[in-house]
Amino acid sequence: MDLYLPVANLSVNALVIILLGGGVGFLSGMFGVGGGFLTTPLLIFYGIPPTVAAASAATQVTGASVSGTLAYLERDGVDLRMGAVLVAGGLIGSLIGAGLFELLTAWGQIDTVISILYVVLLGSVGTIMGREAWGSLRAMKAGMPPPPRKRRHHPMVANLPLRWRFYRSGLYISPLAPLLLGMGVGVLTMLLGVGGGFIMVPAMVYLLGMGTQVVVGTSLFQILFVTIATTMVHSMTTGAVDIVLAGLLLLGSVTGAQVGARFAQSVRPEYLRLLLAGIVLLVALRMGVDLFIRPEEIYTVQ
Amino acid sequence: MTRAFALLLGLAAALLPLNAAQAADPRLVPDVSNRAIDIQYSFTGEELLLFGAILYPGQRLPDDRADIVVVLKGPVRPIVLREKQRVAGIWVNASSIRLRTSPGFYAIGSSRPIDKLVDERTAAIFELGLSNLSMSPTGFSEAKKLERFENGLIDLYRRLGLFYEDPSAVEIREGVLYRARIPVPARVPVGNYRAETYLISKGRVIAVASRDVEIRKAGFERFVALAAQRHGFLYGLTAVLLSLTLGYGASAIFRRR
Repeated sequence: MDLYLPVANLSVNALVIILLGGGVGFLSGMFGVGGGFLTTPLLIFYGIPPTVAAASAATQVTGASVSGTLAYLERDGVDLRMGAVLVAGGLIGSLIGAGLFELLTAWGQIDTVISILYVVLLGSVGTIMGREAWGSLRAMKAGMPPPPRKRRHHPMVANLPLRWRFYRSGLYISPLAPLLLGMGVGVLTMLLGVGGGFIMVPAMVYLLGMGTQVVVGTSLFQILFVTIATTMVHSMTTGAVDIVLAGLLLLGSVTGAQVGARFAQSVRPEYLRLLLAGIVLLVALRMGVDLFIRPEEIYTVQ
Repeated sequence: MTRAFALLLGLAAALLPLNAAQAADPRLVPDVSNRAIDIQYSFTGEELLLFGAILYPGQRLPDDRADIVVVLKGPVRPIVLREKQRVAGIWVNASSIRLRTSPGFYAIGSSRPIDKLVDERTAAIFELGLSNLSMSPTGFSEAKKLERFENGLIDLYRRLGLFYEDPSAVEIREGVLYRARIPVPARVPVGNYRAETYLISKGRVIAVASRDVEIRKAGFERFVALAAQRHGFLYGLTAVLLSLTLGYGASAIFRRR
């Protein structure tokens, strides 16, 4: 079933896009991630221009995170104060990202930067996640309780001026730390079309030292608002959001996510984390290899 | 009265030699199968038929075989063409040139290969053939580099179906009727196109005629593309609402079960 994408200016097989969305949605429901880090590269592999892919994937992440955010809000699993600071940072970040986007496009390096960022981010996050999951699996097999983790924020965070109390997170730290974190993730959302949960969650745990009961909810809260912001910024600057493409992805991903969430309840979380780490590393590897082998197209038109 | 008469006489005198010349040369009556191609949701490309008649004065066919060349040319626009090179092991855009008048689409069909019909100079004057497109390059230093880039662009666009060359596309019947099919791919840029027909005999272009073709997005696709371009804020808002509704709707439906 061929469908013409009015902004991407090409026709795609609608079924393939829906299935792609469904697959990513399944994984995102299973692991509780937005899945933008898979959608954007897969769309690029399929032949969608990188800008349109990143912009439309961000729109899709909004849909993927809305129900999760609401669920955590109901359960009081969101630190609203922390979330607001992160979102404020994210808004600033997405504007900075828009500037960078324009600059890199004019410079002709946007595609390379996108690829390198993906390889570095996914590669390191995948490695950390995989190692940790492997370690806790081994500990579990040996019949030992998982090693308790010290909850402390990074010394760099402690040195920042100004301090706020974040009651739900159990923190008394400078709001500049989450603001900067939100900014960094906002830039990535704009450039890569990722929600950034895969960076946000570890950063909240290891850098800020947030209480685990509000980490995922607050991250989802931030993702929801920042992807809304990036959709708006993309619409008003690059004009690269393809609403038909985003709609197709959403059709697949929102249903896939529900199925994935159910499936996840029957599998041990350690196995899930190991599997997710494997997928993340595979995407990173594929993008990394692509950087080094001679590309199919030496010439590109802009 | 006399003045009007004199004017008429003058006009006739001015027109006469032209008429005589026209009478001596053959004329082309071209047409296209579709003067406005609409791009809509199921658009996967189309085949455009360029056809017409050759009118010889006195309806007498010449002894020599005449050939037909048809060209379908899309709107020209300025582009930046980038070339990837290996830098420190990875492939990055390392070099670029600007082409101020690069056609987004160019298809040429003929009854015989172009190089057998006209000499290089004539082909260059009339821009017949992919290697004869004048794209007004700027920002390059050597002719070699320009040639490499132009060949790269031609190769890229050819594989995308945006450049097309078929030396046997034109079929001439009884020496007076011609027709050619030109494939138009789904990626085609929108805009005003020109379908040109050239009548060529003994290495000379003896008649030229053209028709306009418009390729445009229509219906919903046009609406969406225009909204994305002109009303970014509202468009973005719609996209956000769509994703919120779909995301929330799906979870609400699944929860009820």
